[in-house]
Amino acid sequence: MVLEKGVVEAFPQFLNRQRLELVRARTTVLQINVGRVCNLTCRHCHLEAGRTRRELMNMGVARAVIDFTRRHFFRVIDITGGAPEMNPILPHLIQSLSPLTTELILRSNLTLLAEGYYDHILDLCTDRRVTIVCSFPSLHKGQFESQRGQDVFARVIEALRKLNSKGYGLPDTGLRLDLASNPTGAFLAASQAQVEKKFRLELEKNFGVTFTNLYSLGNVPLGRFKQWLVQTGNYRGYMQKLFSSFNQRALSGLMCRSLISVSWDGYLYDCDFNQAANIPLGGRKTHISEVETVPAEGGSIGAGEHCYACTAGAGFTCGGAIKT
Amino acid sequence: MDCYYKTGDLAKFADITAEASEMGAKFFEYYAAVFNEGELTEREKALIALAVAHAIQCPYCIDAYTQACLEKGSNLGEMTEAVHVAAAIRGGATLVHGIQMRNAAQKISM
Repeated sequence: MVLEKGVVEAFPQFLNRQRLELVRARTTVLQINVGRVCNLTCRHCHLEAGRTRRELMNMGVARAVIDFTRRHFFRVIDITGGAPEMNPILPHLIQSLSPLTTELILRSNLTLLAEGYYDHILDLCTDRRVTIVCSFPSLHKGQFESQRGQDVFARVIEALRKLNSKGYGLPDTGLRLDLASNPTGAFLAASQAQVEKKFRLELEKNFGVTFTNLYSLGNVPLGRFKQWLVQTGNYRGYMQKLFSSFNQRALSGLMCRSLISVSWDGYLYDCDFNQAANIPLGGRKTHISEVETVPAEGGSIGAGEHCYACTAGAGFTCGGAIKT
Repeated sequence: MDCYYKTGDLAKFADITAEASEMGAKFFEYYAAVFNEGELTEREKALIALAVAHAIQCPYCIDAYTQACLEKGSNLGEMTEAVHVAAAIRGGATLVHGIQMRNAAQKISM
């Protein structure tokens, strides 16, 4: 139901009306947000990360996170930001967490890794076989930079070449380099398989760059992206599009069912988007140092209008389109 | 200022079946089948549709297929080239009929 004022039905109410439910499954992924400080100000950023932000995870919180991962095994640990490289505790986190998980991921905008100043982080990632995931929204330089900022395209290509020279994104090295592609505006993400095929062909042909996998992600109506939607008169149309593209088969694969997110200051959320929307895990702010274990299966998940983004079309998680 | 075309009207496309529901249903079934992936990908078909939309200058189609192209993984570079393909064909069709003009002129000229 699309209400008269252009706002769509509240997500929990919609699910209820459709006799659908969104509850936690087994928790296997921990996503750690180490801060909102970033050298870029990407226009789709749901956390409004940027140079003027000051939030950075400190060593005390980092130790609490590491202790938690010693109490509960996570198949995947995913470090994100902001720009994680700008937090001085990052090397300590990588060194401490890499033995405690099957896959450690670092989400990077790559512009810093292109610079020699951060080579120690790249060397550490290579040594500890950390998966690097970077944003690559479009093969079109103008559209790419409309989202990520001026001159970023060339810097990212340079970084990708540098990562390839270290073995990242090459077959049989075990060093995964994945691209995350968001739409450069108020439209749905394209088919992951088609985009991956096109990007693989053109990045190799035009730039001599290779990667491991590509993930197609949607833009979530939060933070800077929501502000852009409202300022450009796209908010109503985009919400209607998300709502009318609801795919109930995507529900079972949503990341909030199997992931917990910890913020820079140590508080827990069902996902990074709920963190941006200030919807804490279990409905009340809980610090990671206060919990012994992960949320139980069957527990409720906080939701808001932004949830329509993850359930639109093919649906998506931090790991790309949902396979249904 | 009033305008014949209103952006909200595109969403009312299905209303056109109101007076002829069986024919309308058949049209939309055919339409959907045309745009399914076949020998051509959905992206390629959306680009063709975008080019045709410009050739016939249908604002509804231009709006719909601009969005469709972006959502099927195309980009401004490809879409602009597609518009130029339409322009080249329309312009070429105009020019090639100039041969008829030359034939007609030659017939009556010394």
